[in-house]
Parts: sequence; C-alpha cells; structure tokens
Amino acid sequence: MKQSRRMFTRTLAAVAVVGAFGATLAGGALAQGQPVKIGLLATLEGPFAAGGQDGMRGAEMAVRERGGMVAGRKIEIIKASSDAKPDVAVNATRKLVEQDKVDIMVGPLSGSEGIAVKDYSKTQPNITFINGSSGAQATTLVNPSTNFFRFNTDGAQWMVGLGEEALKKGYKRVMVIAEDYAFPYSQVQGFMTEYCRLGGKVPIKAWVPLGGKDYSSVIARIPKDVDALLVVLGGADAVNFLNQYEQAGGDKPMIGGSITVSQDVLNYKGKRRESLLGTISAGPIADAFDSPDWKKFVADYKKQFPDGYPSPSLFAFVYYTNMKAALDGLEAVKGDLSDGQKKYREALQKMTLKTPVGDVRLDENRQAIGTAFITEVTKDAQGNFFNRVVRKVDNTPQMLGMKKEEFKVGTRDYPDCP
Amino acid sequence: MSAVWRKAANLDDATRGIARTPWGGRRRASTPSRPAATPRMTAEGLPDYSDQDAPTWLKWIWQHVSARHVFVLALVLVYPWVASPFFTFQIGAQSLALGLIALSLTFLAGYGGMVSLAQMTVAGIAGYMVAIFGASGTEEISLNWPWWIVLPMAVAIAVACATAIGWLSVRTEGIYTIMITLAIGTAFYYLALQNYSIFNGFQGLQKVYPPTFLGIDWRQPVVFYHLALACSLGGYLLVKYLVRAPFGVALQGIRDNPRRMNSLGYNVTAHRVAAYAVAGALAAVGGVLLVWYNGLITPGSVGTSWMINILIIAVLGGMRHPIGSFIGAVVFVLLQNFAIDLVERERFNLLIGAVFLAIVLFSPDGLLGLWSRLRARLAAARDRDGMPPT
Repeated sequence: MKQSRRMFTRTLAAVAVVGAFGATLAGGALAQGQPVKIGLLATLEGPFAAGGQDGMRGAEMAVRERGGMVAGRKIEIIKASSDAKPDVAVNATRKLVEQDKVDIMVGPLSGSEGIAVKDYSKTQPNITFINGSSGAQATTLVNPSTNFFRFNTDGAQWMVGLGEEALKKGYKRVMVIAEDYAFPYSQVQGFMTEYCRLGGKVPIKAWVPLGGKDYSSVIARIPKDVDALLVVLGGADAVNFLNQYEQAGGDKPMIGGSITVSQDVLNYKGKRRESLLGTISAGPIADAFDSPDWKKFVADYKKQFPDGYPSPSLFAFVYYTNMKAALDGLEAVKGDLSDGQKKYREALQKMTLKTPVGDVRLDENRQAIGTAFITEVTKDAQGNFFNRVVRKVDNTPQMLGMKKEEFKVGTRDYPDCP
Repeated sequence: MSAVWRKAANLDDATRGIARTPWGGRRRASTPSRPAATPRMTAEGLPDYSDQDAPTWLKWIWQHVSARHVFVLALVLVYPWVASPFFTFQIGAQSLALGLIALSLTFLAGYGGMVSLAQMTVAGIAGYMVAIFGASGTEEISLNWPWWIVLPMAVAIAVACATAIGWLSVRTEGIYTIMITLAIGTAFYYLALQNYSIFNGFQGLQKVYPPTFLGIDWRQPVVFYHLALACSLGGYLLVKYLVRAPFGVALQGIRDNPRRMNSLGYNVTAHRVAAYAVAGALAAVGGVLLVWYNGLITPGSVGTSWMINILIIAVLGGMRHPIGSFIGAVVFVLLQNFAIDLVERERFNLLIGAVFLAIVLFSPDGLLGLWSRLRARLAAARDRDGMPPT
C-alpha cells in the first residue's frame, strides 16, 4: 500500500514537471507577435570578453539611434554569449534562432566562430544572419552562405596600405608574431601581400596559441637582424606579450594588427607604454579621424556609455555597423520579413550603408567593400594615447585587387617571402 | 572469472568469520553456513528462483524493472515528440552525450575510486579520430573512409589511449591521480592546438557530421536524439550490469581496500587498468556523439574547462548511482543555456557557479543525495505522524 502511494506521489511530481515544461513551450510560442526579434551574440567570456562587451555597446547604439523602433515595429534584442570557441558560438546561436525564435541574427565576434556560424546558417534558410565583428576571409570567400551578410571588411582588407607604410618607415625585414587562427592569417596576408610585392622580407613567422600566457619562447626566437615586429595579438594576449617583451628587454619597434593597438591595448599601464608611441597599424577605424560623422559617433558613444572606453573600440564600431545595416535594411522594406525574408535580403544586398567612416557596399558574396585607415599611436594633451590617421584607404575589395584565379586565402604558410 | 569470484567470496566469508570471533563472537567460526531459512544466493547476489518455471529473461525483468523505470523510459522516448527541435537537440541530445562521458567518470570514481580528469580527453581522441579518418571540411587531413570502419577504429584507438592513461595513473592515489590525468589532458590539448598535420591546430576540424545511413539523415534532431539515447541507455545498462558482476564487485573491493584485495589474490593494477578501458569505451562513444552533435572539433573542446566541466557534471548529479551523471548533465546544459536569460548578461557565469556551489554545499552526494535525503525525511515524517502523504 505504502509502496503504491509513494509511486503515486512520484508520478504526480513528474507529471507536474512535464506540465511546467509544456507551459513554458506554449508561452514561448504565444510571445511571438509584432516586435522584430534580433539575436545579438558576442564574447562575454574568454580572451575577448572586454571586446565583446564593447561590441554589445556598439550594437545597442545602433538600436537606440532609432529609438528602438523600425517602421513601426519594436526592436527586441536578445543577447547571448560565447567564449571565442566555435562550438560554443554555434550553441548560443542555435539557442537564439531555435528557442528564442529571433528573426535576424547579429554575431559572432571572432574568426573561427564566424565560419562555424556561417556553416550553421545554411541549415536555417529563413533567418538572415549578419556578421558581428568576425573577420576571417573564408567566412564569405569559401563556400559562402546565401543568408550570411557581412557589412564589415575582413582582416586582410583592414591591413591594406600598411606594408607600404612599413617600408616608408624603413622596416625592410619584419618578424611576424600572430595568434594561430583564421583572423590573424588574414591580417598577415593583408600585410604581406603588399609588403612582399614591394620588396620587404619576412624571415620568420611565430604562430602562438590564442589565449596563451607565456611568450618567452617566442621572444627568444626574435632574430637580431629584423627591423620591426608585426604583432597581431588581441586584447589580453597583446598586453601579456607587451609585459613579457618589456621584461625581456626587447626594443624592436612594433607594427600592430587591427586589434592589437585598439583601445584596450592603448589603455595598457605598463612601463613599455611609452614605447607604443610611433607604432603604426591599420584597421577599419581611427580614433582621431577628422570627419563630422565620426566625431558625432564618438560623442554619442561617450555620452551613452560613461563606463566605456575613452573612444569606441573596433568591436563597438563593427557591431554598430552591422546592427545599423540590419536596421536600415528593415527600414527599407518597411519591416516586411515575409516570404522567407526574401525582400529583406535583396534590400541588404543592394544597399549602400552609411557608416561613420564612409560608405560600404556588398560584393556578390555578400561581403563588404569598404574603408581602412593607416594609423600611428600618438599622445594627446591629456596624456591619453590615440591613433593618429596617417592615411585613409577607400574601396578595398576582398581579393585585395587580385584576380579570382590567383587569389588564395591566407594560411600559416601563405604568403611567404623569407 | 565467476568461478574465481565465487572462491573469493567464500574466502571473504571465511575471513570475516575469523575476524569476528575475537570480539564477542556473535557468530561462531565453526558454523560458517547461513541459516537454511534465507533463499540461496547466486554469485551475483540475486535470489535463486530456479524452482519456478518462467523463462529466465522474464524473471530477470521482473526482478529488475520497476514502474519507475518504465515511467522514465517512456518519458525519455516520448520527449522528442513533445519538445521543440531545439529542446530535443541542444538540450536533450547534448545532455545525453555529455552524460555518457560523465558516466565514464562516475564509473571510475564512484566504483573504482579513481578520479580521472582525462575522460574528456579520451572522448576528444575518439572525436578527433572520427574527423580524421572520416569526412570533414579539411580535405587535406580527412581520409574519408566509410563510417563502419571509422567508428570501430575511433573507439578502439580511444580505448587504447584510455588504457595507456590508466596504466600511467593507476599507481597513484587520490589527488595525484587527478594531477596526472590533468597533466595528460592538458598535454593532449596542447598537442591538438599546435599540431597542424593531424589535428589542424586551433581551427580544428569542421563539418564532421554523422553519415546518412539506411536513407536516414542521422543529424535530424529526433533521429540524433534517439541515437544518443540508445548509446546512453547502453552505457547505463553496461555500468549497471558491471557493478554487480564479479569484475565490478572486485573493483569496489579494490576501491575500499586495495591491500586486502591484493592479499586475496586479486591483481589490483590489472583491475584498475581494465576499469580505465571500460570507462574509456563509454567516453569514446560519448565523444563520437559529441563531435557529431557539434559538427566540429577544436582543441577548445578538449581543453581544461571541458575536462573540469565533466567532473562538475558527475559531482552535480551524484556519483553513487550511474543515473546521476545524466541528471547532472541535464542540469548543467539547462544552466548553460538559460542562465543568461535569468540574470544580467555579464554575470550569468556567477549563477552557474552559485548553483554548483549550493548543490555541493547542501548535498555532498549531488542531486541524487538530495533526492534520497528528501525521501528519507518524507518517510520519517510519515512514520512519525502516521499520516498518509499528500
């Protein structure tokens, strides 16, 4: 008797649990109504946590600019986080798309994540995916997905012009120190394609793991006869490298990748801080770019996020650009996402996006053709470091001006000019 | 094997008899046989119903399957037809795959007393082997062999690696086992991260999908869920069977007192290494499921965070019963997915940590311990009040 009673309570409890589950599912279905749901994915954990947070700020700016409404439809942002690992990024994206039922997806942040999310986007043909800030070339170049759009230029495009600038500074031999994944490969390719063509030499490339803590073996390998180091490390990694290079007594000038000397590194407090002065780098933004649109963008950022950086980071800018594209596209079709979002995608494809640094249009792979800057680290009157604009490079295409037949996606070994 | 066990059991009985006589002698050593009233026990410790004439399997089912089992089985079978594809795939299938890997740790730690952090490494090795011998997005590395060669090979290689890991670590105890398996796991992580000819470095191998077999796409949520369920159920039943079998009982003996088992004539090292091999097989199957689930494998999947996550899952659920690892996996996956909806976005890892801390603090046996204590308290309350439960 007791036995069966216990059995009964157990069954009751289990039924209650199942019922609760069902109720949540039904609730989820009912909530789908008028607002447009946009999923927003960035890295709030791992090596790019600071960048991911700033990326979220940038995306929020784009939404606030429109007062949270587009064509009479409310914009609802649902956020998710990853830690720069592709499997985590796909899990987070899948949750946003399949569970939270977002209409448009904006993200992810880093290169390998972008490739994985692009692969996933093929299984969800009714959702439009817009990149966050991931900059691997392969995302839109190899096996592109028809519903994945990228309104930011990729890692290689950002570096165009830097090779020439390095030679102007008299750097004839350069050692490459870069993280070992898709995005730095692109960055190094963007630099080396031009640098090698103009006669520069890269005798040695050191690829270090992402999130690595110990750079002593790399520092020991730096040859005496190189003129400068091309350092393509992001966020915490770059600061770690700078610390250790300082302790090892290094004195070579640095050439930075696009995320090496962004705001999080410029705020670096170590002794070698001063030696950052004069570092040239290239990227899609420049703090001190002298145009009214950019100044307004910076002022808005500072006003909205007093706890943010002194100037928006690359991540904030690129997330802003992509989120703005998503919203401008919605405006263009008056919020009409019917018919598998067909009209919306056509609008995105045809649109010329106005960004704070210039116009962006898409090529046939849904990849941005846009602007890059060559910058140099300089100190302002208050002692804050900022990137002075040396030169602006417009309309850089993804293949760096090469023909489709001769272009190859950058790898660890390509390009090569020892 | 079972003959050896029987001999040992008798030996064990005899030693117990001798051991007891010095203090008080509740049972005299001269009458070691049990009173005739209790049913004769077989080696596996089951009552022997050989006088009844039902088929053996039916008796076995009657013996082992209760309404609770049927209910849970029905629930997990019906679940994918009720839940959304997201809940089937990302919550259900992922929990089952992770649960299977955690089960291998539960088997090792709960029944063998060896806490190995390298279970995720073994799973990762199997996953990498599937990607390397089978098909992936990196054509220069993947060999594109048919799946019916790839799968046994992947599992066999992973089991061989698990055996080797066991061989290295069985001579250590407690915290040293944890350290050495952590070291092995980290070494494999860096190998995968920095080797480009086989493991493709940081990028890992993408587009590793289950084969299309019998005209079925095995990555469809419902299909994949059932595949994971079948594997997990198989693993669960294997562990349930093993811990009652002579091997498992000997293993538990070794856990409790290795020196005594050694003096009884058991090869302690061999038993422990064999336990690593069995756990390796479970982890390998879980690893294959996980790589198919993710569709890719990167060094991040075998990094320290995942090695520890497996331990968290096992501890969360409770190590005293194999079902604990699956309960732990479900809780873990739900937290990972939905914690961000509950608290502020920058703080959601805090919630995961807090839940884990709370469970370990209030119930060292994990969720299973919580459940059994709750049951004991309810029963006590019922006995005290003499009232039926509501």
